[in-house]
Amino acid sequence: MSTLLLFNVFNGLIIGAFYALMALGLSLILNLSGVINFAHGGFLALGGYIAYTLIPFVGFWGALLLSPFVTAAIGLAVERVLIRRLYGRDPLYSLLLTFGLAFMLEDGTRYIWGAQSLPYQIPQWLDSPLSTEFFFLTGYRVFMMGLVALVVLGLFLILNYTRLGLRIRAGTLDLETVSVLGVNVRVLRNLNFGLGIYMAGLAGVLAVGMLGLQPTIGDSLIMPSFIAIIVGGLGSLPGTLAGGLLIGVATGVTTVFFPSASEAVMYVMMAAVLLVRPRGLLGEEGRF
Amino acid sequence: MIDRQGKRAADALVWLLLLTAPFWLPLVGGYIQLGSRILVIALAAMALNFLLGYTGVLSFGHAAYFGLGGYGAAMTIKYLYPSTPVGMLAGIVVGTAAAAVIGPLITRLRGVYFAMCTIAFGQVFYFIAFQWSSVTGGDDGVSAWYRPPLNLGFGEIDILHNGRAFYYLCLAVFAVSVAIMAFLLRSPFGRTLLAIRENERRARFLGIPVDRHIWMSWTISCFFASVAGTLYALLNNFIDPRALRWDMSGNFVIMAVLGGMRSFWGPLIGCAIFVVLQDYISSRTENWMSFVGLFFVLIVLFFPRGVLGMLRRRTAQ
Repeated sequence: MSTLLLFNVFNGLIIGAFYALMALGLSLILNLSGVINFAHGGFLALGGYIAYTLIPFVGFWGALLLSPFVTAAIGLAVERVLIRRLYGRDPLYSLLLTFGLAFMLEDGTRYIWGAQSLPYQIPQWLDSPLSTEFFFLTGYRVFMMGLVALVVLGLFLILNYTRLGLRIRAGTLDLETVSVLGVNVRVLRNLNFGLGIYMAGLAGVLAVGMLGLQPTIGDSLIMPSFIAIIVGGLGSLPGTLAGGLLIGVATGVTTVFFPSASEAVMYVMMAAVLLVRPRGLLGEEGRF
Repeated sequence: MIDRQGKRAADALVWLLLLTAPFWLPLVGGYIQLGSRILVIALAAMALNFLLGYTGVLSFGHAAYFGLGGYGAAMTIKYLYPSTPVGMLAGIVVGTAAAAVIGPLITRLRGVYFAMCTIAFGQVFYFIAFQWSSVTGGDDGVSAWYRPPLNLGFGEIDILHNGRAFYYLCLAVFAVSVAIMAFLLRSPFGRTLLAIRENERRARFLGIPVDRHIWMSWTISCFFASVAGTLYALLNNFIDPRALRWDMSGNFVIMAVLGGMRSFWGPLIGCAIFVVLQDYISSRTENWMSFVGLFFVLIVLFFPRGVLGMLRRRTAQ
């Protein structure tokens, strides 16, 4: 029983790490630009497929390294051509635009790589369990957790100790003042969008090693990321991180006792948070 | 004065076209089921616009209440009582009750945050319909039932095989719903909603209970969305989880925007264009999703005021 519980808590943590990675990217974009990027799941799938295409040329590790950057580059271009035009307008329009983008990305990946699920090889030695007692602790999963932790740490270091991060955080609070102080806000938003998409691409590369490659892979991850943001609190990145891990673990634990409700539990958590504390666990008062 | 006359003429034209649609639709290459589909989905889009265009609140989760109406009707007719009005009533009650309960949780929120929460709550019902397959049929939906004939007391109308009869049933429901919405918008309540849309803070200072008004507008809007949902299930003799998924909600919003969200008839026009285009594209290519996505992008970039918004601007100039 305790092994089973441990297994599911660990599983929940992994799933939660994905949610958090996705949600952090979404949150970055939402906080600075006020855009809910509905196409985030599409970018995640793109990250996975690009890695799949790169593997024959650069190997597993090269793909892991390069694919998120390629995805981010596509994100930068999309921001530049499309999303940039909608800043400052009714959020309705940016939502609709990213809705359309989500359709196009899903259909585009299906057109290029086919609708059927593709195999994604991870190195043999990563795939084996680390110990016989805890069979679920495969090297890949532990590695994944470690990498996600590293990237999240990196993100917080960037935000707290670099000029770019400082400007992003300042822009989140008051973009106009940042602009008046001589920061090029267009470039700032562009880079920030790229950073968010980088996280989506990385989540994609890691996720396909576990879930396999499908055009709809982002679909199952985008809604929990929304909930992670709502539960954690709008405008707060630590909140988003906590929200993602929290709903992941809650899903895992519910699987032990009541498997069919494992999806439902995060919605219940969202309803509870909205009822008791509408701004979310760590959200700022009066932001929305 | 001229403006009012123009408006009346436009209303008359819309009703005339709708009333005679079964006769002229085949002449222009359409078919009667397409007409019914446009009516049904347009009702959902107009219901959404009650909230979006006239209260200024951004909902991206209306498909949930649309689909709940459909499931309520389909399951009632299939398992409980084979009657069209009873099924519709059940569907409407289910959809509206769900909306009324969720309402208080989200009416305190605004803007993007409201939109995000409506999407997330909308997906709850998608997951329930998708995963609770022993009751809802899961991915396969609720099929193997047919809309029962309409019993009027003195005789029965076969709405199953007679497409025209079903079209007029849809039109009757559409007319009553639209009339009620128009009446509400003209009443002091509707004017209050407009005031909230234009300047929420001022409305609050005037002593208007804003949150309660938004909750009422939300519930009314979802009520009519579920009415449309019941008709949608009857139209297809079938309902599946796709009717309550987020992309359906997105479709409703784009229809309202495409037609013009500040105009009463806008969503109807947007819906007609969207449904006809979708019908045409999906019969031509497998990659219709890309085209629909591109359509979204193009409307947002080049056509944000919609058809009627553009027309109105041109006449004003």
